[in-house]
Formats: sequence, C-alpha cells, structure tokens
Amino acid sequence: MTALRETWIISLAALALAFSLVAIFFATTGNSPWEVFYTLYRGAFGSWFSWQNTLVRAAPLMLTALCTVLPARVGLIVIGGEGAVVVGGLCSALVGITLQDQSPVLVITAMVLTGAITGGMWIAAVGALRYFRNVNETISSLLLNYIAIAILNFLVIGILKDPATLNNPSTHSIGEQNMIGQIGDTSIHWGLAYGIIVCVMLWILCRRSTFGFAADVVGGNIRAARLAGLPVAKVLLWCCFLGGAAAGIAGVLEVAAVHGRANSALNAGYGYAGILVAFLARQNPLAVIPYAILLGGIQASGGLLQRAHDLPDATVNVIQGIIFMVILSSEMFYGRFKWLQAKN
Amino acid sequence: MKQESVILEAVNIGKTFGDVRALDTISLKLRAFTVHALLGENGAGKSTLVKCLMGYYRPDSGQILFNQKEEIIESPQRATRLGLGMVYQHFTLIPNMTIAENIVLSRADLPAVIDWDAEIKILQEKMAQMPFQFELRRLVRDLSVGEKQKVEITKQLLLDTKVLILDEPTSVLTPTEADEVLGKIHQLTQQQQLTVLMITHKFREVMKFADHVTVLRKGQFIGSAPVEDVNPQILSDMMVGGESLSKPPQRETLSDSKIKLNIDKLTVHNDQDLPVIQQLDLKVAQGEIVGIAGVSGNGQKQLVEVLSGQRSPQSGEIQAHGQNFLPHQNSIRQHKFFCLPEEPLKNACVGSLSVADNIVLHKFNEAPFAKWGLLRRGAIRRRAMELIQQYRVRTSGPDQPIAALSGGNVQRVVLARELAQDVSILVVSNPCFGLDFKAVADIRAQLLQARNRGAAILLLSEDLDEILEMSDRFYVISGGKLVHHTTPAQANMNTIGQYMAGH
Ligand SMILES: Nc1ncnc2c1ncn2[C@@H]1O[C@H](COP(=O)(O)OP(=O)(O)OP(=O)(O)O)[C@@H](O)[C@H]1O
Ligand SMILES: [Mg+2]
Repeated sequence: MTALRETWIISLAALALAFSLVAIFFATTGNSPWEVFYTLYRGAFGSWFSWQNTLVRAAPLMLTALCTVLPARVGLIVIGGEGAVVVGGLCSALVGITLQDQSPVLVITAMVLTGAITGGMWIAAVGALRYFRNVNETISSLLLNYIAIAILNFLVIGILKDPATLNNPSTHSIGEQNMIGQIGDTSIHWGLAYGIIVCVMLWILCRRSTFGFAADVVGGNIRAARLAGLPVAKVLLWCCFLGGAAAGIAGVLEVAAVHGRANSALNAGYGYAGILVAFLARQNPLAVIPYAILLGGIQASGGLLQRAHDLPDATVNVIQGIIFMVILSSEMFYGRFKWLQAKN
Repeated sequence: MKQESVILEAVNIGKTFGDVRALDTISLKLRAFTVHALLGENGAGKSTLVKCLMGYYRPDSGQILFNQKEEIIESPQRATRLGLGMVYQHFTLIPNMTIAENIVLSRADLPAVIDWDAEIKILQEKMAQMPFQFELRRLVRDLSVGEKQKVEITKQLLLDTKVLILDEPTSVLTPTEADEVLGKIHQLTQQQQLTVLMITHKFREVMKFADHVTVLRKGQFIGSAPVEDVNPQILSDMMVGGESLSKPPQRETLSDSKIKLNIDKLTVHNDQDLPVIQQLDLKVAQGEIVGIAGVSGNGQKQLVEVLSGQRSPQSGEIQAHGQNFLPHQNSIRQHKFFCLPEEPLKNACVGSLSVADNIVLHKFNEAPFAKWGLLRRGAIRRRAMELIQQYRVRTSGPDQPIAALSGGNVQRVVLARELAQDVSILVVSNPCFGLDFKAVADIRAQLLQARNRGAAILLLSEDLDEILEMSDRFYVISGGKLVHHTTPAQANMNTIGQYMAGH
C-alpha cells in the first residue's frame, strides 16, 4: 500500500508542477493564467456538454494507452499506438465495407475482431523484432507508425478511395446501419464502454492472473524467468499483441463510431497522447481510466481555448508536452523520499 | 604498542525498516590503523550498520563521531569527503567501461572535460605505490572476480580513503586470493596508511588479519574484543547465542544407482562466442553428489547457465532420466530438475517482486496457487509464511520485496524454494557464498538429506573444502574440461592443486 501512496503523492506533485509551468506559458501569451485555466475547466468538465466531449475523446485514449502499458509489463517501451490505431482502423474498415449488407451485429463483431487482430499483430511484430533480432522496440514501433500512416494514405488516395470524398480522401462508408451508436441520448458513443471494459479486463489479467505473474517475472528478471522454464518469447509476444489489439480497437471505434470510413483522421494523435496517459498511470491499466479522462478533457477544451483567448491551436500540444516532460522527470523521485515509504 | 586513538565511533545507533528492527542501539569503536572485523549471522544488521556510517542510510537514533567530533553523515558524498570509503557486498563497477574510467568516474570533483591521457598518467603514478597493479585500459567485464575486487579496493585507495569499509570482500574469492588481498590491506594498516572495518563470515580471516572484532546478533550488540582474547569457539557462541548447529545426516548408500542426469558431449560458447566448455561428458546417478571443483572462470558459470535454461549450448545433449531435457516448465516439473545458481538475486529471483512471489516461482500456475488461470494470493502467502519459518528467513513478511533482504537471506529464500519441493535432479553452484556458518551447516545438511532421498546432485564450488566434505566423487574443471576425477577419500591435494592451476 505504501507504493500506492508514493505513486499518488509524486504524481499529484508532478501534475501540480506541470500546471504551474503551463500557467507561466499562458502568461507569456498575454493571458491571465487563472482565466485560461477556468476556460480549460469549462471546456473539459464545466457542463454536461463538455463532459460528453471529454468522454468521447477519453475512450480511444484508454485503449491507446494500453498499447504502451502492456509491453511495459515485460520491460518494453513501445510507442507504436498510433500505427496500431491506423492499421486496426483501416483493416476493420475494409471488413466493414465488404460485409456491409450482413447483419450489423455481425459486421461490428467482425470489425472489432479484425481491428484487434491486425493491431495486435502490428505490435507483436515489434516484440518479435526485439526478441529475435534485438531491434530496439521504441525505435521500431515509432518507425512502424510512419509506415502505417504511409500505407493508409497510399490506399485512401489510391485504390480504396471513394470518389465522392474529394477534399478529404477516404474509403467507402461501412454503411450508416452498421455504425456503433450513442449511449442513450448523449453524444457519447458506446466506445467508452469498450475502453473501460478493456482496461478492467487487462487490469485483472495483469494483477490477478498467472499470465500477469509470468509477465512480471519476464519483465523483472528474464534470467529468473528462464530458470523457471517460462515461455519467455510467448509471454513477451502476447503482451505486445494485447497492447496492439487494444489500440487496434481504438481504430475500429474511430471508424465505426465516429467517421464511418477510414481516412487520415485515424492518425489524429490518439496514439501519441496514449503514451502520455500510460506514463501518467504508471503502467497500471486501471489508473489509465481517470488519466485518459483528464487528457481527454484537455483535448476537448482546445476549441474553446482558441476562441476565448485567441490561443493558437497547438496550445493543447504544448500543455501535453509540458505534462509529459514533468512526468518523465518525476520518475527519478521514486524511492528517494523516506517519509513517503515510512510505515507499512 | 599500537596507536589507540579512535578514528570512527558509532554510539547507540538504531535503525528500523518497517517492522524490522535492523539495528538496536549498536556501538562500535574503530581504532586508527587497525583492522576491525564485524561478525554476525545473516540479517544481523552488519550491512545496515556500515551503510549508516557511509551516509547511505540515516540512523533513526544515535551518533557518529569522526576523530572524536560528532558528524552528521547525511550522504555518501559527505562520507567520501571525510575520507570514508566502502566496497559493497555486490560489485559496483560498470562492466562496459575500462578500469581507468571506473576509477575516475567515482571521483567527487569530476571536471566537465576529462583529459584521459593525463588522468591515466596520474593514476599510473599513484598506482605504483599501491599494493595491486593493473593495465588501466582493460575493460572491467574482462576481469575475473578476484581482479574486480582488487580494482574496487584500489579505487578506494586512489580516492584517498582513510577509513575503508569492506562488506564481505572475500565471499567471492578463493582462499589464496583472499589471503593476498587481506594481507596487503593488513600491511597498509601497519604502515599507518589505512584503517579498515571488515564484514566477514570467515573466522579464519578474523583470526589471521583482524586486530579487533565486534559481534552483532539480530540487530543487537553482543560484544567487542581484541582478537588475542577470542577464538573461533567463543566467536561462534557469541554469534548464535548457544543455538545448536544442524548435524550432518549420515550418508546412506542406495542399492540401485540409476543414472539420472547425463550430459553428453556438451559444447558451450560464452558471450564473445568463444568456446568455454568443450565436449563435456558427465553422469550423475541417483543418490550421489558429484562435485566439480575449480577456480572460477573455467566454464562453471556457463555450464550452470545451460542447465538452468539461461544459455543455449552450441552442441551436445542433456538427458534427464534417459530422456532429452529442454528447460521448459513442463519438463522441469516432470523431471523435478532444479537449479540453484550463484548470485541468486541476479540469476534466480525477481528483485522487484515479493518474497512470497519468488517462493512460488516454479509453481505459481498450478494448484493450490492458481485456479482457472487466476492467482490465489492467500495460498501463496500461506506457503511463503511456512517456508519463511521453516528456513528461518529474516524478513518483515512475505510481502517485502526480496531485493530488500540481506544477502544471506536472499540465498535462504532460494534454497527454501528449491529444497522444500520434491527434487530429483539438483544443480547447485556455490550454495554457501555469503552465508554464516550456521546457515552453511543447515544447507549442507539439507543437501545431504536430498541426496539420501535419492536425488542426483551436481555441486559446483570454488571452495575445495566444501567439495571434499559434500561430494561422493568429484571432478576438477579447468579450461572448460573435466581434467581429473577422484573421490574425497583418495584425493591427493598436490595433484588436485596442479590440475586446478591448469597443469
Ligand atoms: N532497505 C531495506 N528495507 C527493509 N528491510 C531491510 C532493508 N535493508 C535491510 N533490511 C533488513 O534489515 C535486516 C538486516 O539486514 P542487513 O543487510 O544489515 O544484514 P547483514 O548482517 O548484512 O546480513 P548478510 O550477512 O546476510 O549480508 C534484515 O532483516 C533485512 O531484511
Ligand atoms: Mg550484508
């Protein structure tokens, strides 16, 4: 339990520091930091309308964060969420277009499975390169992002293009009847439920299952894992696969719940923001949920910040960047403060 | 008459970790230019005490006096500035750097730009006065353990250390190496250049090289005396407080001696892809302990790595009970084939996981520790508590991360894990490194019991006495080959010494 307390205190202190730096940034743009923070709050959590906006963005963030969280359990730093979103989204769109006229339940199921499997294989490839060829997983997953985006652009501009989509080249539509709907009469689509359920399931997997135990052993000391005769390669590839599958599902949601087709909106940056969520959550699948909501809120308030304070639209990226730097630096404070660990 | 001024004094030091009272009002007087030995069983608090002196931990209570003046040693840097230096229980050198780089890096006043040629020249000049000499441009990873230990000590001497603290400096050295190192250090104290505080488990070293000795037990101060006034018997009584040692069980001969472990034409390469074991053949039968004696670095490490699945052999076969053996969980369980490598924290444990998790490393995914793929934490903790008690592991509880345990207690956890189960084939490497004499007696008794129950045991040890005491027959390994075969009864020390030296 002490570890938990340490995590909370250091994370909160880091967030406080990050927001002070953000305040300085706001001040340099000639705004009153307090006013901008208030706007940020209004845009993110100020009304039911902004909450809905926030939660819609939180759903894919939960899933892309898992793409960094799961490989981290076996000691890999993977930043390939963006690529897995693109691949999962694109492949599921193809399946959706092909199966259009089947029953919607079948179409959605097939799309989710396709997205999960292709996204999973995409990141499993990163794990395989690492395990069998000793290729650095961070670099290879980053490069695979660019490859995925290039493939997407090549296909939606070329053979998969729906001629009707002129200025935003996209694939054909999967059909209105096959889309994932909204929860009740909100504007939040059911993807949020997918995100939460997957987070909880993977948390149980990591914390309670024998698979999670094996992953902790592999990640903690690979020599001990070999001594115990654990199938190291299998555990490592499965962790990568599951992470990639979660990000792949995020791609499916973007297609099936938001755009109805695959286009460059798939690489809108959810994969990269997910890395930030994963580090904020300290690679704990359950903690991913609140931090994804926080980040979703910051992203949701972007438009309002622009309109109300005349801030550039990169403001949201600056905020995220500052938080990321501070959180990464805060890692070095773990285990340094005796008073945080005192008492059991 | 030796100069008797006290250079470093600890007064009533107390230190608690969680629920563990690691030190309870401990006092220690270190007289200038002497060698002071610190003795105590595993987990007695020796490492904790010296880490308090070095500013690595802050004591909860008590004072530290340096040259009769109270000092608050709030950080290792402060200790370095006072002239205190320490060689830790585990090596702290960076393997991929040269000796010179390692030494310069640890300097407190590192300049922004380093002129390596000049530094190396200065080091060479200074080293001429030192007891040990090295080629400064060699990589640390190419050094043997003995050389590494000498580098660690030389590093401290070059940093102008006045008081040198050594935490089990000889547990990884052969007796000859240990004598050389300690002899040189003893000499430096007699030349009034150095004061030494040394943690050890070996009475021989205390009697031969120390001037004073202090004994701790379970965080308590038991006594302190000049070495002339004590003998090993008194010391051992002080250490364990009259508890009796495990009696070695009688060796039983089994009627039927089936071959359980068969190593056939095994060739193994090291990390640099050079052959370190060549065409090795070895058979171990049921109910026997086969020893492998030899100086470290002759392929023992790689042999254990292959048997424990941490390295793939180049060619050759390993058979357990007549079947080809691959180190996968199923076959490990089927053949009850377990390994106890040396340096357990590095080779056999996950430091970040709890003691309990490490105890069930082989069994976490079978009943009663798991059901339908989910862990049953309750059962795991209960099993851990049982073994912690049975093997007298000193820990604050099953949930403590194993990396926080004292060196000897980590070893006990791993031994408990491997020996408490039904074993059929056991490979053990230097099982007694870093253990106090009582634990050594315990473990040797356990190994003999396992043998009597019919296990086939392969024992690799750098300690020839251990081989002679434990094995039914043994080999000498040199240059990756088994060059000599004999039994303890027929062993000729001269011949063995020559084979070990590679003649
Ligand atoms: N960082 C820590 N956190 C919690 N407990 C600790 C920590 N360091 C040491 N302890 C506990 O304090 C006690 C004393 O440990 P210490 O390492 O000083 O023993 P030691 O005498 O050096 O033993 P050994 O001969 O096995 O090295 C042990 O019970 C150990 O579990
Ligand atoms: Mg110790």
